[in-house]
Amino acid sequence: MTSDSVDIINAFALLTNFVLLPALSYGSQLALGALAVTLVYSVLRFSNFAQGDSMAFGTMIVILLTSFMISRGWTISGIPTALLVIPIAIVFTSMYLLTMDRLIYRHYRKIKAKSITIVMSSIGVMFVTGGIVRFVLGATAQKFEDGERFIFSVREFKAYTGLEQGIAFKTSQFLTITIAFLLVAFVFYFLQKTKTGKAMRAYSDNKELALLSGIDPDKMVQITWLLVAALTTIAGALYGLDKGFAPQQYHLLLLPIFASVIVGGIGSPIGAIAGAFLVAFSEILLTYAYKKFLIYLLPLSMHPSSLVQLIGTEYKYAISFVILVIVLLIKPTGLFKGKVIVDE
Amino acid sequence: MAYLEGKNLVASYGVVPILHECSVEVEKGELAVIVGPNGAGKSTVMRVLLGMLNATSGSVTLDGKDISMLSTQDRISHGLAFVPQTKNVFPSMTVEENLQMGGFIRQDDINQTIEEVYALFPILYDKRKQLAEQLSGGQRQQVAFGRAMMTKPSIMLLDEPTAGVSPIVMDEIFSNILDVRNAGMAVLMVEQNAQQALNIADKGYVLVSGRNEHTGTGKELINNSEVRKKFLGG
Repeated sequence: MTSDSVDIINAFALLTNFVLLPALSYGSQLALGALAVTLVYSVLRFSNFAQGDSMAFGTMIVILLTSFMISRGWTISGIPTALLVIPIAIVFTSMYLLTMDRLIYRHYRKIKAKSITIVMSSIGVMFVTGGIVRFVLGATAQKFEDGERFIFSVREFKAYTGLEQGIAFKTSQFLTITIAFLLVAFVFYFLQKTKTGKAMRAYSDNKELALLSGIDPDKMVQITWLLVAALTTIAGALYGLDKGFAPQQYHLLLLPIFASVIVGGIGSPIGAIAGAFLVAFSEILLTYAYKKFLIYLLPLSMHPSSLVQLIGTEYKYAISFVILVIVLLIKPTGLFKGKVIVDE
Repeated sequence: MAYLEGKNLVASYGVVPILHECSVEVEKGELAVIVGPNGAGKSTVMRVLLGMLNATSGSVTLDGKDISMLSTQDRISHGLAFVPQTKNVFPSMTVEENLQMGGFIRQDDINQTIEEVYALFPILYDKRKQLAEQLSGGQRQQVAFGRAMMTKPSIMLLDEPTAGVSPIVMDEIFSNILDVRNAGMAVLMVEQNAQQALNIADKGYVLVSGRNEHTGTGKELINNSEVRKKFLGG
């Protein structure tokens, strides 16, 4: 194969490997986090700043349980141990979130505090949660992925297809996309079709009328936290399996998650998911260096000499910020018309 | 003893006293109307009857049983239903889901009751898959009624059901209310449109500053010159 010819197949194999798959899995992780933020916002009426650190908390439990299981030799070959312990981690995270609700948020609900007051208290919860995670695991990055690392590796792909440009499909990516899809489908089914899910929407729609219909507010709040714990733990574990765990990284995830929620239309679950993929793809498409991609596509005379990278990866969080600003300026209600809390 | 009775109710919001020994009662198959100027405590009576606001003294009895200590939810399951003045539907849910939520506390099959509501308000059947927020004011009011009827209540409390609707819709709503009463339910409503409401009422209460000022049948009150002069505009 000469570098002079235009090679569309390899160019797209390259994009699949470095843009499509990473963005799909990153988007899935953000989507789960954004869905959790949306649920809290819709039912509990505040923007949960502790979401990123709660994901770190859930992942911390996953890491602790994983190393316990490995030390006992309780593993199944080929499957990441983290996957096996997620259900137990969800239980622990639920307990933590319910405790925080009991200790802090419930008080503000009772005195009918303004939404902004509860937001401020969630910032407090964010610092406490982040502190607990650093206290237990330390602030350094760590990996906890074991089992088979690839569904297929670059080498296997090349051998199979004969292409020059390989595609690797990591186990963590496969798990992320599959599990996120199933979980989102479950949450939507739950909200649209089950009696409890409908009651949650009713409570979110009109609290007083929900009360008059005999819907128990405390139960709605608890179910919300249980769902949020599941989403949070799974999102955190999948992100950690994919990119490794670091408390600071998780803390910073708050920005792209909030950007996703606002882009999609705050309070709209479907919007949160669409927003998450929009943010993920923007982040990766804008920070990807297109040099090799263009070399595949363009004749030799037009080959770029620079990296053809629009924005350095160190600025990836700025992209979430810019998206946020653009949306708030042009279409504050987001892609899917969301609703904004009005204090009564 | 009347079916629903609020006796000598005293209530306040914080330190501001609203009700002073106010009493109302309504029988099954009877339509009672509470009228009076703004700030008379009309809606507060409803809130106390429903347990959404605790009375400092006085009692609420339903079918001879004291329900003063019950929570709102328990009163609902004892047969009370309430249609608030505003925000009386779940806007981002479909008409059918609104009705399903109305029957949330019921353990038995609610489909029969949904059919009954559709029979009473046929337009709701046509719009059952539409979101409540997309309906007109009159239709939304029907959803609100329908939602409240889902618990198969024995008494319906209505807070200004005709506020902000056109005269034609008002007539429609009043005729809906009479249908509900004729079905054997007790209906107690608070109304701004005093003249029209008293016209169809079996019993009326004129409330002023949280006190019972006049009580009588609808006809008596309309014919009472003092009530006419003060509250019905001559």
